[in-house]
Amino acid sequence: MGTPAPARSRAISLEVNGEAVEYEVPARRLLVHFIRDDLGLTGTHVGCDTGNCGACTVHVDGVSVKSCMLLAVQADGTRIATVEGLAADGELTALQRSFNEHHALQCGYCTPGMLMSATALLEQNPHPNEDEVRVALQGNICRCTGYVNIVEAVVAVGEGTS
Amino acid sequence: MLLREVDYARPATVEEAVSLLAAHEGARALAGGQTLVNVMKARAAAPDVLVDLVDLAELRTIGFSSDGLLEIGAMVTYTQLVGSSEVEVARPILAEVAATIADVQVRNRGTVGGNVCVSDPTNHLPPLLVVLDASFTIRGSGGERVVPADEFFVGVYMTAVGEGELLTKISVPPASDTGDGFSGVTIGKHGTYVVDAAATVSGEGARIAIGCVAATPVRATEMEERLAGGDFSEDAVREAAKGLGASLDPPSDVHGSADYRRSLAETSAVRAVLQAVERRKR
Repeated sequence: MGTPAPARSRAISLEVNGEAVEYEVPARRLLVHFIRDDLGLTGTHVGCDTGNCGACTVHVDGVSVKSCMLLAVQADGTRIATVEGLAADGELTALQRSFNEHHALQCGYCTPGMLMSATALLEQNPHPNEDEVRVALQGNICRCTGYVNIVEAVVAVGEGTS
Repeated sequence: MLLREVDYARPATVEEAVSLLAAHEGARALAGGQTLVNVMKARAAAPDVLVDLVDLAELRTIGFSSDGLLEIGAMVTYTQLVGSSEVEVARPILAEVAATIADVQVRNRGTVGGNVCVSDPTNHLPPLLVVLDASFTIRGSGGERVVPADEFFVGVYMTAVGEGELLTKISVPPASDTGDGFSGVTIGKHGTYVVDAAATVSGEGARIAIGCVAATPVRATEMEERLAGGDFSEDAVREAAKGLGASLDPPSDVHGSADYRRSLAETSAVRAVLQAVERRKR
């Protein structure tokens, strides 16, 4: 087999929220646009489009990444989870219920990214303290500055009080 | 954002990657993409071909060479560095500094090779790797060569890695009779550095490098000479740092004037050395 020739587009196959997906995508398409525009999963938001705000956070092979800083072709062969995949069976996760109970959102724009970052944290560290939550959410900006309730909601999941 | 049209290739081996980089003018290696994708959005870089290194498993490993050097593959992520038992044993400062780069999502994707090859003057790893006396293995179609850290960083966004070449690994001597320190002032808690300083001390003296004050890390050679006697008392370290700021020609920008950076350079160098001294005692 020779060295692969560079191409303007690539046929990618990946798993999105548990479902196999195959698509021909232009090399220049960002993963976030593939998710939103090609797959129609508009829960993943575009906030700053510069890698700062974290509203576009999804999981790629189980780790949180900012989908505006990946090309869709880079996700070929990976397993992706978006915010829509959290309550895939129609039942909210403990984290989502806790966000609801703690009123952990104001305008809601940053919420999908907050949920995906906090979900990744809780998978690695099921009982994080406040400092650990704040470090884990450093890459997610809430422009309403409603961090207090967000942090409380995540800590409460670990404490089992939500 | 819609990027400029670009071609994409995913080589399966380092040889294929090198031949792709050599064959196409305007080809760029794509590692984690945490800088490159953003500069492509801004059209500050407009590569014609992206050579994605994602499948090159041999660049993702951390291990030891036969002569005991810590070897870090160019595609190792910051998150990998933070969790590596090899790094913890050999040179924990690397994990400590990597844990303060940007945020979780960026650390999950951003790579050591990307950090150094971008050679942004505000990046964390260049001054640190200079004081650790790291060496950089570069592969080209003609074979492999090894470049010391003092020669690797050439300018803003420029390194010893030439066209058609690929950085494959970074080798770091393990800590022996040494202590390492890193200090500086950031914009926000884990933000970009305004000035930073890295230091390594041993029985023989200190290696000190300052970041964010020039295109590449600047060795504080006079301060190093004054500390060569091995007196690392706080007074001696503070005295040794005097005049360091005046020897620099740092930029002025919205985050700090040149004079402020000169002052920060002295303060950061003192803090980095004292931290290194403290850790050497353990």
